[in-house]
Amino acid sequence: MRDKRMTVDEVVSQLADGMTIGIGGWGSRRKPMALVRAILRSSLRDLTVVTYGGPDVGLLCAAGKVRELIYGFVSLDSIPYDPWFRHRRQTGGIAVRELDEGMLQCGLRAAGHRLPFLPIRAGLGSDVPSTDPQLRTVRSPYDDEELIAMPALHLDVALVHLNRADRHGNACYLGPDPYFDDLFCLAAGRRYVSCERVVDTGELGSCGPPQSLLLNRLMVDGVVETPGGAHFTSCVPDYGRDEVFQQHYVDAAADGESWQAFTGRFLSGTEEEYQAAVRSGVAS
Amino acid sequence: MTSAATRAEICAIACADLFAGDGEILASPMGLLPTLGARLAKLTTEPDLLLSDGEAYLLADVPELGNNSSSDVEGWLPYRKVFDIVAHGRRHVVMGANQIDRYGNQNISCIGAHAHPTRQLLGFRGAPGNTVNHPTSYWIPRHSTRVFVESVDVVSGVGYDRARAAGSSAQRFHQIRRVVSNLGVFDFNTSDHSMRLVSTHPGVQQDDVVQQTSFPLDTRDAGETRQPSDEELRLLREVLDPRGLREREVSS
Repeated sequence: MRDKRMTVDEVVSQLADGMTIGIGGWGSRRKPMALVRAILRSSLRDLTVVTYGGPDVGLLCAAGKVRELIYGFVSLDSIPYDPWFRHRRQTGGIAVRELDEGMLQCGLRAAGHRLPFLPIRAGLGSDVPSTDPQLRTVRSPYDDEELIAMPALHLDVALVHLNRADRHGNACYLGPDPYFDDLFCLAAGRRYVSCERVVDTGELGSCGPPQSLLLNRLMVDGVVETPGGAHFTSCVPDYGRDEVFQQHYVDAAADGESWQAFTGRFLSGTEEEYQAAVRSGVAS
Repeated sequence: MTSAATRAEICAIACADLFAGDGEILASPMGLLPTLGARLAKLTTEPDLLLSDGEAYLLADVPELGNNSSSDVEGWLPYRKVFDIVAHGRRHVVMGANQIDRYGNQNISCIGAHAHPTRQLLGFRGAPGNTVNHPTSYWIPRHSTRVFVESVDVVSGVGYDRARAAGSSAQRFHQIRRVVSNLGVFDFNTSDHSMRLVSTHPGVQQDDVVQQTSFPLDTRDAGETRQPSDEELRLLREVLDPRGLREREVSS
């Protein structure tokens, strides 16, 4: 079996301008932030990002990486709004397809099942169709229901962060919620999982109950060991959300000078340098 | 003797009454007062309600606000299962609203035109799916003309006029049950499903409600929101919210 281990920068070297990238996790929970930070360091641009959005969206927006955003919401959970997402929306910097949360799942499922669309009731009557002119309805061949035909959300790449993985791409989550990471992987052409720790396959199987093994190796092309790789989002039970750091991120976004200081301190170096800066605290 | 109920406690009672008759369904209260209301309902009239911890578990007990970990877990409810229950329909959600209009359309997406918002909010979240799949109510902690608007900027949660215009598949399971604000209780039981004042909270003048609402309100049959019983007050004060978090969301 293949050894799929690589570095965050090797993952990013396999991405290209204009790609559609799905990002797993939910809000400010179990986001593949080390991979996001590696994209921030790269020259990549014009990305289409598909996500249940949190600070992944904010940081990518801040760095000008996003051409189009496809999302159900963007929130930092304990802080309702992400400052950079708001800023980009309010200054007209990005195109958006804003969907109902269930529609986003439906689109990922359709892509994963190689279907052009799946029917869903969500969206009918709302402004989702009027803000997304490509949406169509479909009439049931069995009765008189007319439903939203949610188009497949095909991803070039899926980026997800789980608690443990083996070198072959089997991976498990140890927190309470798988979110939609498996659906992101099934919907994508290339799939990369970062994890807190790479363990032997035998140990992986005993990390949790069998149903915690969310990803198997046919769903994964690359494995990256990135301890703290979801920081500052939560990755329970390994660590909770770093609320102090998250607040610092929001405060830093308030003006150009403080943002420059934030990026200089945390986002200008390697992932190891980021983790070291985080360990030394938010106060400089 | 029990002291008189505060406005926050009246609001908690009104939120509890949202779930009357719901039986064995998932109650999904968003925000502090709806959560308090759902827990009070479970301890009194609706013992079969299912309550989530807001993360991924169903709570077997009815813990005090902010202390979910003291409860046993009776089920697993990650987001994907919430989506299943939304589509299945055995759920009653109480959402917030940045804007709500006379037919119960709700906006949590953005202020201004969607293509060029002046203020970006959360996004559609689950509001489109919730409203066409199962009963929905709303909680508005600060009633004002900025929230109760003639017409919402973006329809996230679907109101009665939009559901009707969208056809039978949008209407089939659509029901906006009630709106509770810090001033009163409202429903849509009128001939055209426009919003109606059901009751003002004790101490609130009907004129204040009318003035703080941008659209005309049918006030003909309005009464006064009921007072909690002594037992309900005891549950709110001693069991569910001994730290008085409710008073921070709604001042008297």
